[in-house]
Amino acid sequence: MALNKTYLEYPERSYGMDHDRYDWDMLSNRKPITWPNGKKIALWVNVGVQFFPLNQKGIPFKVPGGMTKPYPDLRHYSLRDYGNRIGIYRFLKALDKYNITPTFAMNTRLAERLPYLTGTLKDRGNEILCHGYDMDKLHYGGQNIKEEEELVKRSLDSLRKLTGQEINGWVSPAKNESENTPDILAENGITYFCDWVNDEMPYNFKTKNGILTAMPLTTELDDHFIILNNLHSAEDWKHQVIDAFHFLLQETETQGGRILSINIHPWVLGQPHRIKYLEKILEYLGSHEAVWSASSNTILNAWKNN
Amino acid sequence: MKEDPGYYDYWPYENRPKIKWPNGAKVAFWVAPNIEFYELNPPDNPFRKPWPQPSPALPGYTSRDWGNRVGHIRQMKLLEKYGIRGSISLSTALCDHHPEIIELCKERNWEFFSHGIYNTRYTYGMSETQEREMIKDSIETIYKHTGQKCAGYLAPALSHSENTLDLFAEVGTELFGDEAGFYSCDLFHDDQPTPINLRSGKRFASIPYSLEMNDTIAYLVQKITPRRYGQELKDNFDRLYAEGAESGTIMCIPTHNYQVTNAHRIKAYEEALEYITGHSDVWITTGKEIASYYLDNYYDASLEDIHQKNKKYGTK
Repeated sequence: MALNKTYLEYPERSYGMDHDRYDWDMLSNRKPITWPNGKKIALWVNVGVQFFPLNQKGIPFKVPGGMTKPYPDLRHYSLRDYGNRIGIYRFLKALDKYNITPTFAMNTRLAERLPYLTGTLKDRGNEILCHGYDMDKLHYGGQNIKEEEELVKRSLDSLRKLTGQEINGWVSPAKNESENTPDILAENGITYFCDWVNDEMPYNFKTKNGILTAMPLTTELDDHFIILNNLHSAEDWKHQVIDAFHFLLQETETQGGRILSINIHPWVLGQPHRIKYLEKILEYLGSHEAVWSASSNTILNAWKNN
Repeated sequence: MKEDPGYYDYWPYENRPKIKWPNGAKVAFWVAPNIEFYELNPPDNPFRKPWPQPSPALPGYTSRDWGNRVGHIRQMKLLEKYGIRGSISLSTALCDHHPEIIELCKERNWEFFSHGIYNTRYTYGMSETQEREMIKDSIETIYKHTGQKCAGYLAPALSHSENTLDLFAEVGTELFGDEAGFYSCDLFHDDQPTPINLRSGKRFASIPYSLEMNDTIAYLVQKITPRRYGQELKDNFDRLYAEGAESGTIMCIPTHNYQVTNAHRIKAYEEALEYITGHSDVWITTGKEIASYYLDNYYDASLEDIHQKNKKYGTK
């Protein structure tokens, strides 16, 4: 028994990364960033507004949060849909009550299907970024490039038309990509994307069509990840956000401004037994003197202006 | 395939020869940060898929990269604050990719031990010659970049063959005699060091590394909360400290710079470190120092006690 001899060959074993998308650069070595008005923490509350189709194909994998039962999986379909009927309106009330500026990451198919919700979000004027076409239209390694180009173009064209916004931010369903995704995004007017969770501050990401900014939308504090994947309570989620905030705040004393990104979903935290903990977080962070609540694009521009 | 790896003999946890750690410490305490490199496009292995998604598998790759870009410095500062030198379980290709991290650890006199080349290259399916070559590459790489003669081994991604411990000990001897290749972190059968039976007969110890206290097992497999993890670390310590009065025990916290240093987890970890190092009878040390001390002082007595105990009721 032996493996092919290439298994003990390491063509990328040299300084820096094992690819050429970005430079190896430790966060602690970078120039400190300052946020407007001397604030320490930029708070990015990102609300995923999603559509999980009942006829999920699961190519090349079942998206986390998607259908798990044989067709028609009514329990998961309708429980996700709950978020777009009930949960989102609880979210909007809470966000407004505590003066938090949200960013909405929308699946384009949802915007097409629910004109009332799209119109409501459009009228609010908050930034919307594109979250792909729907939760079952994954971007993945080995995907046909023409198919992916059409998918990106369709997702952006339609969302731009329906929202009247420029839409220059992107987060892929499941934060999964093909080897070509960043190139295709840059070609279609995207300037920043949130799929690479390898940093806590923005950084430059090379594509065939210019530089994108990678924005740090952490999965670690995602409500779906903590509550439904790790099976922690909503109160435990709150503890983790608070602990993260205090640690980052302490880090700003020596290293400049930081970003606290919280990715949340109306079908998870919008439940009656969980919404209270989101409200407590929004109240706590919204009233803290070190916090600057802003949309992802606003935070990105402030970073660029440093 | 064998029913039992054959590396160690049964040795009941009662009436063992008393281990006394330096300065009368009850617990030898060490922290083993895994500093790893996972590849974006690793080659296929017939026995284990490196990533659940087709490459590029962003969720796994990016969180590991976060550990090196962001997490490492956080943990290093924390360990420094509590007077702990890390014993690094190292993906040795990291010496080539991220030499800055190696330099920072060298400046602090941390120990480097081998954790293979990349954590996306598994031992499964390798011939004995291939595994020997991989282990030799890793020990030579550590020596070239740090000047250290690698004492310990934790197989990459805990992927083993039947010969892993034998090969590590033999390659250590081939390169540096008895100064290298004398302890393993691959076995979880005990709370004290134990002699390991090798085909070469080399004096070699298993040093408890603890899968149970491993942050990745706690957070990714058991999925516990950070505060719960901090409490489990304290509970684990309390018991080993109490029992250490009878005969010295070992507590290890194996960590990963992409897990325990996350902003929402580091506080719980710090509270546990503060608690443990706040006790008077704790030997804060490294894996290599424990292994050397054990081999010099208790290895022979252990072998004798194992022999005597197994005589009592006979062996299988």
